[in-house]
Amino acid sequence: MALYSEKVMDHFRNPRNVGVLEDANGIGEVGNAKCGDIMKMYLKIEDDTIKDVKFETFGCGSAIASSSMATELIKGKPVSEARKLTNKAVAEALDGLPDYKMHCSVLAQEAIEAALKDYEENGKKD
Amino acid sequence: MITLCFLREVETLIYADNAATTKMSDKAIETFSDLIRETYGNPSSLYEFGQRAKEVLEQARKDVADSIGADPKEIIFTSGGSEADNQAIISAAKTGELKGKKHIISTAFEHHAVLHTLNKLEKEGFEITLLDVHSNGIVSASEVEDAIREDTCLVTVMYANNEIGTIQPIREIGEVCRKHNVPFHTDAVQAVGHIKVNVVDDNIDMLSASGHKFHGPKGVGFLYVKKGLKIINLIEGGAQERGKRAGTENVPGIASMAAALKESVAALDEYKEKLEPIRDKIINGLSEIPHSALNGDRDNRVPSNINFCFEGIEGESLLLLLDDKGIAASSGSACTSGSLDPSHVLLAIGRVHDVAHGSLRLSIGEDITDEKADYIIKAVKDTVTYLRGFSPVWRDLENGKNQFIL
Repeated sequence: MALYSEKVMDHFRNPRNVGVLEDANGIGEVGNAKCGDIMKMYLKIEDDTIKDVKFETFGCGSAIASSSMATELIKGKPVSEARKLTNKAVAEALDGLPDYKMHCSVLAQEAIEAALKDYEENGKKD
Repeated sequence: MITLCFLREVETLIYADNAATTKMSDKAIETFSDLIRETYGNPSSLYEFGQRAKEVLEQARKDVADSIGADPKEIIFTSGGSEADNQAIISAAKTGELKGKKHIISTAFEHHAVLHTLNKLEKEGFEITLLDVHSNGIVSASEVEDAIREDTCLVTVMYANNEIGTIQPIREIGEVCRKHNVPFHTDAVQAVGHIKVNVVDDNIDMLSASGHKFHGPKGVGFLYVKKGLKIINLIEGGAQERGKRAGTENVPGIASMAAALKESVAALDEYKEKLEPIRDKIINGLSEIPHSALNGDRDNRVPSNINFCFEGIEGESLLLLLDDKGIAASSGSACTSGSLDPSHVLLAIGRVHDVAHGSLRLSIGEDITDEKADYIIKAVKDTVTYLRGFSPVWRDLENGKNQFIL
């Protein structure tokens, strides 16, 4: 049996929405290099909708896959819906993660929360 | 969108994790399969079936002893390196305790079979001194001497480190121990069958080895104990192994291990001549990667070991992508260990957490070729560049927000 599901490996090998969003109006970074995982989310929000999202991740396979899946789950969605994204939803969408890797999905949820908070506090000008 | 196309460019997979385990040699497989089929008797039985197995067992003991310069009576067969380490350390500790000696000297980067046993003894009231292994991953014999006290009952220092491959000054450490009359054990799991080991020349009192690290089978190893040293049983229940290790002997496994060891030791010069230049080629190639660093001394390392840290990336994702490219390797990152901390070996040589997470160990074998080395170098370079391309850690290093460590 493989360490990860096919879905995890797919998102790890071909991460969606990877990179930097130059005109982001909400940016969130969570984790630390000491523990081996850092995620950075870039959101472009217009009309209360996630128009675009990109991520950068330093971390293991499941951290990269969780970031990728999280961006897919919120892209094009209303902010109110993005706010409700849970780590469980990310893990389920990936067909599950090993128990000791669940914190990767938590990090993805927290990165989006941090980016939304940044948007509320700094980016929501227009 | 960045995507990576993973094509298997090499026909065969490259197994570069020989420090984890090795492929059994043809001779070892042949020996094993012949014996399980034909020589199934119990060596403790007096009839012919049993006595034939006994002969095989004793020949294996002689072959193992010869290969490390020991006497056959000094070899105890075990289930592997971990059992041998446990038995050696516990024996010396309990023997020392009877004389009121409860101090043990070891190093910070031993295998967990040693470190966990020492932790257990510490809880029982033993005092443990773990010596510095310095930034090059080599223990100093004079520091061993300085640490020896009146109540020291054991010095245990590994022969070659399993992660960074550095070879320790065993002969000098052994000399210091002899001078002070302290028993000396070495975990030689990564050394036996890979470099010249001679228990007499090297002043070793106890030595642990494991069959599957030198093309023998798994689940079998041995402990060398110099004549006259007291050994305590971990497993009770029979008179096997001169009463020091109960349980019907794994005759096929033991003989197969002995065959593999004999072969490996006979080919040591050839092994060194072939592997060292290719090891150095890979080290030189990977050194070209910016902000990378070799772990462990450049020259004083086993012929098979290459270990690097790459700043700005994490080891598990590197391993998974290398696996996609047909390369089997290993890492000291936390994610590959299932804990939050990266390798204790890398921390012991002074690598900080941030950098230790981005480590890669390649342990090449006899099947390595120049072409495979070129492929490995290119695959690692490409993968590190790719992962750095979307690493926020790397971005902050590149734009000067944080300082490079390597």
